[in-house]
Amino acid sequence: MNKTVNHKAWFLVLPVLILVAFSAVIPLMTVVNYSVQDTFGNNQFFWAGLEWFEELLNSDRMWGALGRQLAFSAIILAIQIPLGVFIALNMPKGGFWASFCLVVMSLPLLIPWNVVGTIWQIFGRVDIGLLGHTLDWMGVSYNYTQNPVAAWITVIVMDVWHWTSLVALLAYAGLQSIPQAYYQAAKIDQASRFSVFWYIELPKMSGVLMIAILLRFMDSFMIYTEPFVVTGGGPGSTTTFLSIDLVKMALGQFDLGQAAAYSLMYFLVILLISWVFYTVMTNLDKRDGV
Amino acid sequence: MALYLLFLMLPIYWLLNMSLKTNAEILGSFSLWPRDLTLANYIKILTDPSWYWGYINSLIYVVINTVISLAVALPAAYAFSRYNFMGDKHLFFWLLTNRMAPPAVFALPFFQLYSSVGLFDTHIAVALAHCLFNVPLAVWILEGFMRGVPKEIDETAYIDGYSFPHFFIRIFTPLIASGIGVAAFFCFMFSWVELLLSRTLTSVDAKPIAATMTRTVSASGLDWGVLAAAGMLTIVPGALVIYFVRNYIAKGFALGRV
Repeated sequence: MNKTVNHKAWFLVLPVLILVAFSAVIPLMTVVNYSVQDTFGNNQFFWAGLEWFEELLNSDRMWGALGRQLAFSAIILAIQIPLGVFIALNMPKGGFWASFCLVVMSLPLLIPWNVVGTIWQIFGRVDIGLLGHTLDWMGVSYNYTQNPVAAWITVIVMDVWHWTSLVALLAYAGLQSIPQAYYQAAKIDQASRFSVFWYIELPKMSGVLMIAILLRFMDSFMIYTEPFVVTGGGPGSTTTFLSIDLVKMALGQFDLGQAAAYSLMYFLVILLISWVFYTVMTNLDKRDGV
Repeated sequence: MALYLLFLMLPIYWLLNMSLKTNAEILGSFSLWPRDLTLANYIKILTDPSWYWGYINSLIYVVINTVISLAVALPAAYAFSRYNFMGDKHLFFWLLTNRMAPPAVFALPFFQLYSSVGLFDTHIAVALAHCLFNVPLAVWILEGFMRGVPKEIDETAYIDGYSFPHFFIRIFTPLIASGIGVAAFFCFMFSWVELLLSRTLTSVDAKPIAATMTRTVSASGLDWGVLAAAGMLTIVPGALVIYFVRNYIAKGFALGRV
């Protein structure tokens, strides 16, 4: 759509601007403020310059959390994207079963995150949980509160359970928008099922898949509640991701300066990814001619 | 496909199963379905004020948040979809970054900000805090829907002598009703599922159900039946909302504006 230039449109944006400024800019400024100061209590602050940042860059704790975070996001993407596409391909095409599947699949998305954690906490317990009990019965030693590998597997399976539906729904929507003519043409050419997928469905879905990948990356990058409820970041710190570590530092230890520096670094990483996301989105819009 | 649906339903079924058992049965024996069917866990939640107030608190701030988000997002989305103005792209990107911002970064400053203005432990504080990610989201979704409405409609309305507010409320809003529905759905959803901020910003009076549940886990850690029942009850509003918007979900997701 061709838009007209109208600077008065600012007035329509103003309410949003004020509201978001109140809830984003002011807190962010507070963080910046803390990140360059130190305190000995009693609300007396003095200038500390970039010390916090230096300390942070040299701390194993931050790099450890970042490494775990990246590993987690990578595993999540590697499982969820193919699985989501696979599920979308096998969805019923219409009628009652299609809407039934949609509703069941959206259900995990609407469960409060801490309840997701609680569900899996119960589900995985060896004494009372179905999963834990079954594994125990099969002779697999499984205890997510003691064993780091089990804890990782639990957190990952939980996230797959929670979010694969989102990928599947996006991919499904992408598939729905492919005109029937493409399939008919493929049929005339006697294309195999695989080449239909590879040459028609995948390219047509690339747009939504890109969005799905980025969304999943962002959200897995700031995951907090679910692992916090299930493992509390343990055993040890093996499932302590960036958010958990940060909250521990900020609200647990009240280590304001360092936590603020941490926040800013975290935020910059996110900002970078958002920028990539936005650029990809606008390019897609242009390509589709919307 | 069926396997996947089974995988999705199993943990939920297990929760339901546990919520209908007595504690003795949960801990004492292992069974796939409740032998000793009881509603005691649900009754406990619905009669104990510290439990059911959690739900009421959650619902209050979720509704406030949805209303605020939509009210400010509607005009802004209109502006973004219709006009070019100074800095519009930068502004849009900046809004987007807020959607992407990790709540953990904002938890501490929010805590201090709302404490200093005396809003700590009120519903409005949580509602405002959730605006951080819901307003950009609502703007984003609505902008997508509004772009689908031809501009000629606006122009015709002006020629017919409608003033802007009149046109907006009488003609434009009904046209994008489904968009508003989808936006409201997502605002509701994200505000409902969020724990970190709502827990940080409340202590007693506006304590959400999510925080009540985590407290139970850490404090007693034994009352599994009640915990499971509480979990089941938090799923109910979500399931209801899904049911109402089931025909729009795919469309909302299709826009990729989640």
